[in-house]
Amino acid sequence: MIRFDHVSKQYKNTNRPALNDIDLTVEQGDFVFLVGSSGSGKSSLLRLLQREEIPTSGTVSVDGIDIGKLANRKVPAFRRTMGIVFQDFRLLPNRTVFDNVAFGMEVIGQSRSEIQQRVPEVLELVGLEEKEKRLPTELSGGEQQRVALARAFVNQPRLLLADEPTGNLDPSTSVGIMKLLDRINRTGTTILMATHDVAIVDQMRKRIVQLDAGRIVRDQERGIYGHTGF
Amino acid sequence: MRTSFLAREVSGGLRRNFTMTLALIVSVAVSLTLFGTALLMRSQVDRMKGYWYDRIEVSVFLCGPNSLAYTCTGAVTDSQRAAIKAELVSLKPTVQHIYYESTTEAFKRFKEQFKGSSILSQVGPDALPESFRVKLDDPKNFDKIASSLKSMQGVESIQDQRKLLERFFQILKGLQTFALAVAVAMLFVTVLLVMNTVRVAAFARRRETSIMRAVGASNASIRLPFIMEAVTAAVFGAALASASLIAFKYFVIDLRLAPKWTVIAWVTWQEVLVIVPWLFAVGIVTAVLASGVTLRRYLKG
Ligand SMILES: Nc1ncnc2c1ncn2[C@@H]1O[C@H](COP(=O)(O)OP(=O)(O)O)[C@@H](O)[C@H]1O
Ligand SMILES: [Mg+2]
Repeated sequence: MIRFDHVSKQYKNTNRPALNDIDLTVEQGDFVFLVGSSGSGKSSLLRLLQREEIPTSGTVSVDGIDIGKLANRKVPAFRRTMGIVFQDFRLLPNRTVFDNVAFGMEVIGQSRSEIQQRVPEVLELVGLEEKEKRLPTELSGGEQQRVALARAFVNQPRLLLADEPTGNLDPSTSVGIMKLLDRINRTGTTILMATHDVAIVDQMRKRIVQLDAGRIVRDQERGIYGHTGF
Repeated sequence: MRTSFLAREVSGGLRRNFTMTLALIVSVAVSLTLFGTALLMRSQVDRMKGYWYDRIEVSVFLCGPNSLAYTCTGAVTDSQRAAIKAELVSLKPTVQHIYYESTTEAFKRFKEQFKGSSILSQVGPDALPESFRVKLDDPKNFDKIASSLKSMQGVESIQDQRKLLERFFQILKGLQTFALAVAVAMLFVTVLLVMNTVRVAAFARRRETSIMRAVGASNASIRLPFIMEAVTAAVFGAALASASLIAFKYFVIDLRLAPKWTVIAWVTWQEVLVIVPWLFAVGIVTAVLASGVTLRRYLKG
């Protein structure tokens, strides 16, 4: 589903590539942890997949399409095929939980009746059906991230990208988010999650791709973070 | 859903940014009022020109007993007068009407025009020269008849009323150009204000727009709320400008000026109302262009 073919990315005014000759294949339905220390290039890799950035060399393809060559006007439609979750949740502070999730559907022009039907379903999936009228500030961090997950998943994307989704959460809350991601993964959605949370990675026993200074230094099925001595 | 979603975004944006929005509305209103004033002045000048040029006459003054012109040797004689008239008749169709005014008639008209004025006591019944008042097919043809009449015996002088009016119209035209220049300058200020307002709004809502981009909203739908905000402000501004022009027409022209200055042909309601759509068009186009250009720069696709 996803293919990185000799991909390098060097940002303007930097002297070291953020990603260096990355080769990576991810199949539909995979759950992949991107691990590595801060600055190793995890976010850059995810941004290339979102077409937020374009590779300096090499090709990134999704379902056979070279997304570096995607015309600008086709980017929005491409992004609708994926869900994105951020470390800082990125909820709209002046909208209720329901409206935040609905936003993901409104923006792509879904009808009111579809929204009324679909949003409660997703809120139930993330366990927030009771709190749909709350504002984000009235929720805990874990609950906010659940809302963000609901918004990312509301249009049933085939691919979900998560950049340190548990980075702002305590360990027990993180476990809840991971369970949710696992459930979403089992519906067939491919998940790429960047993290440096050792406990979570070790517990899940999923595929691990480890980056170091922009290079892949490990790609292991059912891996444990601790192996290389982090 | 699309329109109600958009409406919510727009009204929310306008309220959050209230002072900027107000500044924008006032700025649009002022520049468009000036623009409308300039257009109105043009209609007024055209109307006055049409009115006066229709009534413009060329006065061919004939020699009186004390005339000093080289074509005069005492008062005009009957044969000279007949020759002048024959010459005028031969100039048809350039000359359309010929009207003879004797000294007594001239004095009578003068008395009517200056009723109640002290100047009357200084002018005797014989002081005003007799004349042919001539109406031309086109006031521009003055030179044609002036050249064939000015050296005729018995003609003291030939006066072109158009020359007098032309000066007056030149002053009006200057005022109109000035109003237009100020309007353009104000419109420029408005453009800068729109750009700044949109830039601030885009920055204030970078979170929203980044989320919209992440969920795959099209560029158009990300930009539309900002553009519609600018357009809404422009529509309010244009409405204010239209209201001021209409109020000026009603309260100043119709109620105050027109009853006093009945000889002047004032701009009609139709001419005022025709300007209104232009104000809206200029306001909206300015808002769309200025905000579109700004968004292209500040919201990356
Ligand atoms: N927009 C950017 N402009 C310039 N350099 C960047 C940018 N984003 C990331 N970098 C650099 O690229 C490298 C990788 O960063 P990043 O992908 O954010 O790593 P991680 O997410 O693993 O911490 C870092 O050295 C970082 O400073
Ligand atoms: Mg990062």
